[in-house]
Amino acid sequence: MAEKDQVKLLGIWASPFSRRVEMALKLKGIPYEYVEEILENKSPLLLALNPIHKKIPVLVHNGKTILESHVILEYIDETWPHNPILPQDPYERSKARFFAKLVDEQIMNVGFVSMARADEKGREVLAEQARELIMYLEKELVGKDYFGGKTVGFLDFVAGSLIPFCLERGWEGIGLEVITEEKFPEFKRWVKNLEKVEIVKDCVPPREKHVEHMNYMAERVRSS
Amino acid sequence: MAEKEEGVKLIGSWASPFSRRVEMALKLKGVPYDYLDEDYLVVKSPLLLQLNPVYKKVPVLVHNGKILPESQLILEYIDQTWTNNPILPQDPYEKAMARFWAKFVDEQVTLIGLRSLVKSEKRIDVAIEEVRELIMLLENQITEKKFFGGETIGFLDMVVGSMIPFCLARGWEGMGIDMIPEEKFPELNRWIKNLKEIEIVKECIPDREKHIEHMMKIVGRIKAA
Repeated sequence: MAEKDQVKLLGIWASPFSRRVEMALKLKGIPYEYVEEILENKSPLLLALNPIHKKIPVLVHNGKTILESHVILEYIDETWPHNPILPQDPYERSKARFFAKLVDEQIMNVGFVSMARADEKGREVLAEQARELIMYLEKELVGKDYFGGKTVGFLDFVAGSLIPFCLERGWEGIGLEVITEEKFPEFKRWVKNLEKVEIVKDCVPPREKHVEHMNYMAERVRSS
Repeated sequence: MAEKEEGVKLIGSWASPFSRRVEMALKLKGVPYDYLDEDYLVVKSPLLLQLNPVYKKVPVLVHNGKILPESQLILEYIDQTWTNNPILPQDPYEKAMARFWAKFVDEQVTLIGLRSLVKSEKRIDVAIEEVRELIMLLENQITEKKFFGGETIGFLDMVVGSMIPFCLARGWEGMGIDMIPEEKFPELNRWIKNLKEIEIVKECIPDREKHIEHMMKIVGRIKAA
């Protein structure tokens, strides 16, 4: 580990993908320079660092560029091994990665991308599909404070940044209740736990601004 | 490794690059396994649906009662469980790069690659250019290296190898497309030659003619959908 680590993160205040990276950096107490990107006006720096995807988050560590939020989280965990965020056990680690993929691909698709394009009836169908997927997470949380066990970890950051603190804001904006207390008691309990964690609180976008932003993002999907 | 290990079982498909790459890793590490073939174009077995209810896909690895789907996750699990002949780089940055490019291949290249197989004659040139643009990024990555893993094959060789030369390329061949010509992609062609000399890779390559036939069936399915 280097003397003076230079860590820079390019992100967007409303993006769950960069917020989760911030959670990990804060958990490990890693000082970093944050560069706020604007979606409609990407900086020359971002385009130079990520010419393939032109997306945030981008982590720059001592001149090395790391892309893709999951890859960044794993990189952070391996480079600064204290306060580990991934489980040690290979099987538990696979499970965490598996569910992270489920969240960012299936749940994201159904809960946001498809939903943005659907009419009211379509939304109800998609909400049911989202519930089916989220039920897998509900089962994982039984008997646990967090996905990571006693403390927050990789899957808490991924699922937390995306579901309660992003997708739910989108659903709120369209008046849709997807995750109810009666069907998802464990999930609701987990969110309450999450909300008490300092580093998570620091990395949650402000609610009202975010609800508005999610409406805007849905509009973008519809017009693309 | 462990005291009384149950065997390793792999549910896969002879034509699937995703399950072939898992076999490469198991063979590299000398891990004995039982193999169960799924003919997924026909029907998915009840066993598969039970083991992988979320995605209903091969490969699925079963080890000591633990069930693991998703090929890249399986490769990582194998690497952490049997630590001889490591397939992922030790260095966190190199590891991150391997994971990044693996994702790129399985997501972008696969999508655009499959698309190019179903394009009409009118649109094929544009499609070919699109694929080549992506593959050029891999050409740059392999320059001056024997394998993506360095001197020996690793994670990224298995991912890229199973998908591009030994799967998509069979589709391109079936459609009469020379996607990765030597003069445009000298490094990748060199890498493919190196790969073909590795025993465990050779054992995990689907039979060419059978595979071309299979890829044409897939093309047919995509077009009909």
